[in-house]
Amino acid sequence: MKAGGTGVPVAPAFNLVFGERQPSRMMRFILRRTLQMIPTLLVVVLIIFVIFSVVPGSFISSLMSEGRNATNADVMAHLNQQFGLDKPLLVRLWDYLWGLAHFDLGISYRTREPVWNVIEPRLWPSIKLALAAMFFAALVGIPLGFVAALKPGSVIDTGTMMVAISGLSLPEFWFGLLLMYVFALQLGWLPSFGYNADSFQHLILPAIALGVSPMALLARTTRAGVLDVMNADFVRTARAKGVSEPRLVRSHVARNVLVLVLTTLGLQVGSLMGQAIVIEKLFSWPGIGSLLVDSVAARDIPVVQGAVIVIVLWFLVINMLVDVAYAAVDPRIKVT
Amino acid sequence: MTHKESEPVLSVRDLRIGIGKQNAILHGVSFDILPGETYGLVGESGSGKSITGLSVMGLLKRPLQVTGGSILFRGQELLTLNSRARRRLRGDRMAMVFQEPMTALNPLATVGRQIAEMFVIHRGLRWSQARTKAVEALENVRVPSPEERARSYPHQLSGGMRQRVMIAMALACRPDLLIADEPTTALDVTVQAGVLELIAELSQAEGTAVLLVSHDLGVIANMCRRVGVMDQGRLVEEQDTRALFERPLHPYTRGLLAARPRLGSRTLAQRGRLTELDEVVSSDERGRDQPTLVTPRVFSGATP
Repeated sequence: MKAGGTGVPVAPAFNLVFGERQPSRMMRFILRRTLQMIPTLLVVVLIIFVIFSVVPGSFISSLMSEGRNATNADVMAHLNQQFGLDKPLLVRLWDYLWGLAHFDLGISYRTREPVWNVIEPRLWPSIKLALAAMFFAALVGIPLGFVAALKPGSVIDTGTMMVAISGLSLPEFWFGLLLMYVFALQLGWLPSFGYNADSFQHLILPAIALGVSPMALLARTTRAGVLDVMNADFVRTARAKGVSEPRLVRSHVARNVLVLVLTTLGLQVGSLMGQAIVIEKLFSWPGIGSLLVDSVAARDIPVVQGAVIVIVLWFLVINMLVDVAYAAVDPRIKVT
Repeated sequence: MTHKESEPVLSVRDLRIGIGKQNAILHGVSFDILPGETYGLVGESGSGKSITGLSVMGLLKRPLQVTGGSILFRGQELLTLNSRARRRLRGDRMAMVFQEPMTALNPLATVGRQIAEMFVIHRGLRWSQARTKAVEALENVRVPSPEERARSYPHQLSGGMRQRVMIAMALACRPDLLIADEPTTALDVTVQAGVLELIAELSQAEGTAVLLVSHDLGVIANMCRRVGVMDQGRLVEEQDTRALFERPLHPYTRGLLAARPRLGSRTLAQRGRLTELDEVVSSDERGRDQPTLVTPRVFSGATP
């Protein structure tokens, strides 16, 4: 990748950020992709606003269901006014977007705290869980796929793919319960649920429960990728060169398969934070997912919006990183 | 490894290839290649030329397998050799150039590294030394600015340049036998001549025997002294190239020669289409039991 490609006009915005120095192609790519996230976020915010204006129930009605006395018309009007719920939808949308442009996610209805203060402590546990789950999925799934593909039709292949199919079709919460029962209750090796910032042990069971489905998917993708690459012409060339099979897999096949697997890997990491909702509830994990569930139940819309925006942002950032990784692994791909 | 100069480098005897024992694809092919000789195998698609080449290399893919016959390479029977010993021969003593230079190179490795790998595997060189040798190899195939090209990835090179890289790689360890499977078919006509010239020149300089597989009679005529004509898994005719063009003996060969498009040919202009192989008996009659017509007039020692 050459620094500051030739002949490509650099937009004034870039000059504003980087001054006279021409930014590298990679930097321009990252900057542009970051700017492209804005319309995506706008659409997301719009959808949430529309959905919550259509679904029955509001923050105040959810208070009533908790047995709090808010039936009094005056109290309701007061609360509506306090939260700005009496304003028309478009005005509320505009206010919210205006705040968002100033990195202000609003105030939580429930805790009366800034939304960011509610979300922030949940962020790191969520990221930690997603990364740990993905680490487990990649560490087990990719080698399984390789082993299966290198002996197609063998007992190992059939066994591995059976495990993969089971992993894909198992309901997560059931598998989580099973893990809890075996490793926490019966064997007593690991804590059954809860979160401890300093403890690695608390992370293991939820990470495995969350990672089993992407693990199965990765095993299948890797197997298909390896079979595909093994049939490529350049593999035949390598064999004609006298390259041994282990060397062939190591230095010719593996990297080419990685390019194929990277897509699945990226999409999975990106969506894991959203998928973690069930597992987070099951293991009492204080992540974004469980916050989202609680906030939806309470119609705490600013927090719901904040949480969804964080999940979407995570997905977009991971996808951008995957594209950057593509360019690093495959010389044919240039970030432009 | 004692072999006299007059002994063939490669001696294929009654080679049979099939899918299992039942479905024969190659029905007993025999030919010899002398040291330094360029031998052509010609025939239409599916006649078995390519799998003959691949079976010599030991690169047949399942379900294809050698079901009988023998392949002697410098007096050594290849078919009874273990896979490790065969792998050691590949790339080192016998090498292959494939048809598709676009896909035959690893897209994620620099061409320098791919050539250097030959020296690492077969000569036990370190990567740094091997890279220097790789640049020399690129220079030998007349790739301009080889230092820079060695750092290029395959997608950054033209088709002709990639085929030169393939040739550099194949000839890196100075093999005794080069199998070139349609080496110019995928290339531009203007590039073809240069690549063929390069193969001819380098094989002559090193005394490398070449098995040139092609459907292109023009390529065969330019490159080979002797040529074998294949049809439906048999070697139907083997002749001195010049004699083949002047007096084709087998009806299939006559048909093949007649099918060549000729510029300004009146028959072509009148009929507006290529000649079909109408002189050839139908494929039913060209069945398995028919004896193959092989005329070992040039190399009398070739027949068993």
